[in-house]
Amino acid sequence: MTRSLVIVAYIAATILFILCLGGLSNQETSRRGNLYGMIGMALAVLATVFGPSVTPAGYPYIVAAMVVGAAIGLYAARIVQMTQMPELVALMHSLVGLAAMLVGYANFIDPTVAATLTPAENTIHEIEMYVGVLIGAITFSGSLIAFGKLSARISGKPVLLPGRHWINLAGLLIVIYFGYRFVNAHGVAEAMLPMFVMTVVALLFGVHMVMAIGGADMPVVVSMLNSYSGWAAAATGFMLSNDLLIVVGALVGSSGAILSYIMCRAMNRKFLAVIAGGFGTDASAAKPAGGGAVQPAGEVHPITAPETAEMLRDAKNVIIVPGYGMAVAQAQHTVYEITKALRERGINVRFGIHPVAGRMPGHMNVLLAEAKVPYDIVFEMDELNGDFPDTDVAMIIGANDIVNPAAQEDPTSPIAGMPVLEVWKAKNSIVMKRSMASGYAGVDNPLFYKDNNRMLFGDAKKMLEEVQTALKAA
Amino acid sequence: MSLTIGVPREVFPGEKRVATVPDVVAKLIKQGFRVAVEAGAGDGSQIGDDAYRESGAEIVADRAQLWRMADIVFKVRAPTPDEIGLLRESGMLVSFIWPAQNPELLQALAARKATVLAMDSVPRISRAQKLDALSSMANIAGYRAVIEAAHAFGRFFTGSITAAGKVPPAKVFVIGAGVAGLAAIGAASGLGAIVRANDTRPEVADQIKSLGGEFVPVEYEEEGSGVGGYAKVMSEGFQKAQREVFAQQAKDVDIIITTALIPGKPAPKLITGDMVKSMRQGSVIVDLAAEQGGNCELTVPGEIVVRHGVTIIGYEDLPSRLPKQASTLYATNLLRLAEDLVKTKSIEGDRIAIDMQDEVLRGTTVIDKGEVTWPPPPPKLSAAPPAPAGPAKPVVVPPKPKGHGEPGGPMSPGRAVVLFGIGALLFLLIGLSAPASFLGHFTVFVLACFVGYMVVWNVKPSLHTPLMSVTNAVSSIIAIGALVQLAPDLTKISADLSRPNEWIRWLSVGGIALAAINMFGGFAVTQRMLSMFRK
Repeated sequence: MTRSLVIVAYIAATILFILCLGGLSNQETSRRGNLYGMIGMALAVLATVFGPSVTPAGYPYIVAAMVVGAAIGLYAARIVQMTQMPELVALMHSLVGLAAMLVGYANFIDPTVAATLTPAENTIHEIEMYVGVLIGAITFSGSLIAFGKLSARISGKPVLLPGRHWINLAGLLIVIYFGYRFVNAHGVAEAMLPMFVMTVVALLFGVHMVMAIGGADMPVVVSMLNSYSGWAAAATGFMLSNDLLIVVGALVGSSGAILSYIMCRAMNRKFLAVIAGGFGTDASAAKPAGGGAVQPAGEVHPITAPETAEMLRDAKNVIIVPGYGMAVAQAQHTVYEITKALRERGINVRFGIHPVAGRMPGHMNVLLAEAKVPYDIVFEMDELNGDFPDTDVAMIIGANDIVNPAAQEDPTSPIAGMPVLEVWKAKNSIVMKRSMASGYAGVDNPLFYKDNNRMLFGDAKKMLEEVQTALKAA
Repeated sequence: MSLTIGVPREVFPGEKRVATVPDVVAKLIKQGFRVAVEAGAGDGSQIGDDAYRESGAEIVADRAQLWRMADIVFKVRAPTPDEIGLLRESGMLVSFIWPAQNPELLQALAARKATVLAMDSVPRISRAQKLDALSSMANIAGYRAVIEAAHAFGRFFTGSITAAGKVPPAKVFVIGAGVAGLAAIGAASGLGAIVRANDTRPEVADQIKSLGGEFVPVEYEEEGSGVGGYAKVMSEGFQKAQREVFAQQAKDVDIIITTALIPGKPAPKLITGDMVKSMRQGSVIVDLAAEQGGNCELTVPGEIVVRHGVTIIGYEDLPSRLPKQASTLYATNLLRLAEDLVKTKSIEGDRIAIDMQDEVLRGTTVIDKGEVTWPPPPPKLSAAPPAPAGPAKPVVVPPKPKGHGEPGGPMSPGRAVVLFGIGALLFLLIGLSAPASFLGHFTVFVLACFVGYMVVWNVKPSLHTPLMSVTNAVSSIIAIGALVQLAPDLTKISADLSRPNEWIRWLSVGGIALAAINMFGGFAVTQRMLSMFRK
């Protein structure tokens, strides 16, 4: 295959990737979109392998590496549970980061590259390498920590070192200083030390950054790391002067950035504030001082599973609001069984999804889809918020902050101004929760004390099964 | 703790309720009380002694003994003089008392150094709703009023067209939309009647509508909400306007249910004899205010009378006519009270000392250890919705574009200028220092960012997870970077450069393997997810 043919194949692959992302905008076209992605990837890889850049001597290695990677990847894709999607995605981001690091190092120790470049080009190339490895390393370690947090191997609580902003600043200065030394170094051996120090600093920075972010902000972190993995690929593309990598990296990078932005807006938080970390620690300390008038007071009204079933049965309109608790308890199938039973009785059951419900963007939608909930009864917050006054029962399963009326009623609340599902406007609401503990934001929820709210305490799955049994019995 | 709660049989003629039911007995015992029930106490509510015994209560046949052994007596009706004589010196009594109407009763109980909690004096604040026995009884009375009316009324409630002709629906007019009135509205519209309702408090109009009733306003400017969510006495002018509305309704409707009460005052006379006369033959009036004198001039408290061909029902014991339901709800109210007593440490061990700092208990307690504490200080909070200038001003959340189909609104001009300035500066710097070969790639990069931005804004939020996993799969394109370094054609490059081939090869192999995991895993898991989405 000639160089020109490879470039043409790359252009075709680029178009396919754009179509792939475009196809994802709709459920109907999404599967075709994914197919475009696969074809594009196959085209790009095959064109490269059979192009002029790879000699047949490399084929055995390529095939072996591909087969091993494919086996692991396909196996993981098969066994992963939908509740674990955030973990899987975070882990995969870390792989991209690591791959970017390896590619960067490989390029760095290859003296043949520099030999063909002019001095100015060489400087640019060195910066590209340096930045590529930097982003790769941050993505790698940050994603690993995110994976640990999401899979509960590491506590979800933000870890806040004293003077953490100064630590980050110091890290940045070190990286810039060694970057300067790296560019001015002569030969690989001399440049190795700055490169190595920068890698270690970047790895530590990634760990530190994600450790400081609380569990509720995980959707932002996951999409941010998604964005980083794209930028890492783009930086690699610059380093290798490969337009395909640049384009795809930019697509992925901007996609992740937009998702992060959407998630931040859904929480009414500034992106920088999320990255700076520590939600619910310094913010909630200020609360008791100001919130006097609307401090949640009074008592909660507990309810039993059979009573819940009765309320649901007597309702005409029901909205179910799932949260992370549903994912933890793996209750999505039981939720759908109840939904089916209610719909058979002619009760209008719908689902209301908050953009940041769960631990990654769209997490709840995937879980409900897995349980075979038809997507035309699953609605976004904005589509549904006006309907609560006409709703008889709003059932909240393992969600807290996203249904907290304090966001609208209490200007001093740390979550003030965050868009929330207005479940308290329904005639009745039922909150399923394990205990009275507050959500990740550490904010008490006045909803629990409202007179039209009932609390169903216990494990979501167990309680829902009891509700289902009670529904069947009647 | 080993306090004994004694539940005697109600002695008032016709009273069928009882102050506790077996379910509640079990819960009281869980709270640490002993429960003693007089034999036959539940007969009127169709609850046998065995049912009490099974849930752990002790059945006491001798009435005097029950009163003697009880540390706390739970009752429904206010005690008779006989019962006061039975009450232990310094004992505790919980029942309806009506202290305003029964000052002698209060004195008699105080003389026995008793502690008395009146279930009719529970303050009307949200926290106390669970023990508000008046509301739970009123709810039953409202329901039963409709049933009584239906019984006395000679026609269907619901309209229908049958083979034997057309049946018009009954028209029901409810006066006073308190708890009883609302229950009546709900029950009547449930039976299929056309329901209208009036109340002096305009804020209840929505509640009336929510139960299927139609709000009939009195066109007169006056706010009718008193303290504690009750109605107050209205001005002369308003009353005149109100009478006109009622007179008009009386001519039109078949059934009138009146529930108008003003605390501590005789019931307002709202339905005059002339209005009754103007009603159709066979119509029914149910007067829920009969006990306080009645809302209708012709009501005879406690009886059913027929005047001008209109049946006027003046029962004073409507809750007692649904005894099992009334007993269950009342017993639950008492249970909540007992829980509050334990929680506030008003009852600890075998000591009783009512926590008079607690607003609910303070209001409910009418005699504390022989000392009359009624009336309580006025309640601080009204159950009515706060005035418009209330403290809970909602934070105004700017309306968001649906979905986020558009990338936000137009940004402010100032911000746009700053952003453009920064952008221009960056481009200038790059243009000054970068070589041409870099700029080519840079162009591609910037354009690709814009394409990504445009494409991804249209992705539905429900597909965000698949989007992330597919972009993740796509980012494994980084494999290309490893591929081109694995085994390049080295023949064209001068041989004097020592390339560490082994190192590069293994780094590349690692990169390819990692990227391949992502590539195959990412696409496969996306496929799996997408195939789950279905209509």
